[in-house]
Parts: sequence; structure tokens; C-alpha cells
Amino acid sequence: MELNNTVSIASVEATDPLVVLKQVNKFYGEHHVLRDINTVVNRGEIVALIGPSGAGKSTLCRAINRLETISSGEIYVDGVALPEEGRALASLRADVGMVFQSFNLFAHKTVLENVALGPVMVRRMSKGEANKVAMEHLERVGVANQADKLPAQLSGGQQQRVAIARALAMNPKVMLFDEPTSALDPEMVSEVLDVMRALAQSGMTMIVVTHEMGFAREAADRIVFMADGQVVEESPPAEFFTEAKTTRARDFLQKILAR
Amino acid sequence: MQVLLDNLDLFVLGFTNTVVIFAISAVFSLILGCVVGILRISPSTPMRAVGTVYVNTLRNTPLALLMMFFALGYPKMGLPSLDYTTLAIIALVLYTASYVAEVFRSGINSINRGQTEAARAIGLTFTQVLRVVLIPQAFRNVMPPLVSVFIALLKNTTVASGFSVMQAGAIAANMSERGENLLVTLLWVALFFFILVMVLAAVQRAFERKWAV
Repeated sequence: MELNNTVSIASVEATDPLVVLKQVNKFYGEHHVLRDINTVVNRGEIVALIGPSGAGKSTLCRAINRLETISSGEIYVDGVALPEEGRALASLRADVGMVFQSFNLFAHKTVLENVALGPVMVRRMSKGEANKVAMEHLERVGVANQADKLPAQLSGGQQQRVAIARALAMNPKVMLFDEPTSALDPEMVSEVLDVMRALAQSGMTMIVVTHEMGFAREAADRIVFMADGQVVEESPPAEFFTEAKTTRARDFLQKILAR
Repeated sequence: MQVLLDNLDLFVLGFTNTVVIFAISAVFSLILGCVVGILRISPSTPMRAVGTVYVNTLRNTPLALLMMFFALGYPKMGLPSLDYTTLAIIALVLYTASYVAEVFRSGINSINRGQTEAARAIGLTFTQVLRVVLIPQAFRNVMPPLVSVFIALLKNTTVASGFSVMQAGAIAANMSERGENLLVTLLWVALFFFILVMVLAAVQRAFERKWAV
């Protein structure tokens, strides 16, 4: 293997850009958590964000629907620059699905209400119509039989699948996954990853922060490897997992694959 | 007991007025307190600043001073003249609302941040997040401290006695004019307050049972 630490990162070809990040920087006080991030996610593309913890993956993912603000730079979703806090931002967020590490289902609402809430309150659907949409998505993720339960009565894997259904019910342009399996017991990881694989095959644009290398390798079109707030390497998974260009990425892979 | 029976008119009048002043003040301080509480957690910086200034000013002012301002200062301001009872209620509402606002804010803050993030991520606006996700969940947490604030309000109504408002706190003064034993009178007043507070505590328990998880 050729040892070359000074490879330049080939910029991604923007054939049909949906999410565009330009010179994105973020500071937490003195701490520089995102450094000059430039990347594009095309429509229908599956991008896996991987890297050691503290690399800024989650921060970057959350910046795309402005749950995290950025210090400088620009982020565009489907050609629109992220607006300031307010109605315009709310309507943009409605088009960007998000799945959290800790599920974050609304604790006081049933599974069905959780999924139907967005369609009713944001998409202005009638309750009947929204419930129908919600049931379709619950069936799609395989938890339709739990529709009338409260989130606390479900297993972690079921809760996360409900959370995916809740995001999908908004008919989003892109789905963000922020470590969707990291809070799950090991035996429940695969049921969530299966749903995500099916979603990927349906043509959904996905940005996935994950430590599941198997998933990243099979399902992703591109790996974005981050470390210390920077994008260190971007390449197709076949290339990344067999011949990573940077020592940083090779070190990371060695550690994580040795387990 | 004789003291009570001989002066039942004063006791009835005093405590009726106390309950009325309390009820009106409670309703309005709840409304104003919620508004100020929402300002305190608003995403807009100027609105947050308004809420913070309100709470810091009103909460840091002794109630007696505030009452004095309304009893003595307000009539000289050339505004529509109001009777002392109304002025006392206004002072109580402004004062109590600052405490209600803080109870409301801490109740909202007690809800896991993820609930807000998930709600915002599906495109709900700030007011929708409050109404649909946060307030229904915060309600249960807020009940005990809110009842404490209202118990304090009930007792604070007596401060109005210094400004010629006839209520429970003024019973003793009137009784001593009638030549009754002051100590016995005060004990009776205290007992009635104790009973009123017990009623509030019972209301709290009933609410907590109803919203038990």
C-alpha cells in the first residue's frame, strides 16, 4: 500500500446537489469543532459520516437542519440557504427528516399520535388522513401493531423504528440519522439497520452518522471520514475500506475493525 | 370560641374578602406568569430580555413596598382612580406573576431537550412545540411548586391590610378596637388560614393523582 499522507480530497461531483455545505466552520468558545467543511450530497445519494468520537460528525449532521448553528459558512438544502430561526426555518425542517440517537419520541403521545402529529400540525392534513399516512409508515417499519401504545412500552429498536416512521410521514427530501443505533441493545441494531437499508433502496437521500461499519460499507454510496472537525477523506466505500488514502483513516479502521 | 361567635361578622367579611382577593389574583397571576414564563424561554433575545427584567424587578421588590407604591404613588399619577382593593390585587398579581413565571420556566426546562429537538425537527413552530409537546408534559412537574406559590399568595393577601383593605389580616386590628383579646383573635385567624391552605394542598393532591404516570 502506498503511504501518502498529503492526498488532496477530490471534491465530489455535484450532479444533482440536494445538500451543499460551503466553508462551514463552528466554534464552541475556543474549541474549533468544524473546520472548513465543503461537501455536497446529491439527490438519492447515501452518505455515511464516520470517524472517531469528537470528530464533529454529529455536530455537522445537526447543523444541516440548524439544530446546531454554525459560526461561518453556508448550508443549502435543495437550493435554499438555511434561514434564521422562525417560520421559514420550521418549514425547511419539515422537509428534512431527522432520527436521533435517543429516539426522542413524544413521551405523552401514543405511537400513532407521534407519527401523525407532523402531518396534522405542519402539513395541515385532516386527522383521518394523517392517521392513514401514519399507519402506512408504521407498517413500512413493522410496528403497526404497536400503534396505540405509549413509547415507554416499546423496546428501543421499536422506538427507533417509530422515530423513522415519524420522520418519513413528513415526506422529507433528505433523512439525517444521528447515530441511530448507538443507544440500542446489540440484538436490536439489525432491525433498525434493516429498515434503513430498505429506505436506502427506495431512493431516499440519506446522511448517516454511524459506527456500524458493515452498514456503511454495504449501504452507502460514499464515506465521509471526519477527524478533529475536518473532513479528512471522502471516497466510495469499496475504496475507503480496502485502501484508505490517509494514515488517519487507516488507523481508525484498524482500531474499529480489530474488535 | 366566644370571641369568634361574638365577632362572626368580622371573621366572615374578612375571610370572604381574602378568598375573593386570592381567587382573582391567582387567576390573573397565572395568566401573566405564563406569558412572562414564555418570554423567558423564547428563542428571541429581546423577548427573553423583557421577561428577565420583569422577573428580576418584581421578584426583588418587597411586596409591602409594591403595595405602598400602588396605594400611595398610583393615585398621584393622574391615571383612572381605582379603589384600594383593586390596587392591592394589581400589586399581588404583578408580584406573584414573577414567581409563576419562574415555576413555569423551570417546568419547561425539566423536559428532556430531545423532546424539543424532535418537535422542531418535524417543523413545528416555537408556539406549537410549547402547546403540543412541552406544556402538556411540564404540567405535572409544575403542580407542586405552583401550589406553593399560591399558598404564599393566599398569605400575602394579608399585606393589603396595611392599606385599609378589609380582609383576614385586618381582622385583628378591628377586633382590638372592639376591645377583644388580640392573642386569641390572632390564633383564630391563623387557624382559618391553616384550613384554607389545607384546602389548597388537597387540590394539589387531587391533581397529582389525576396526572400520575
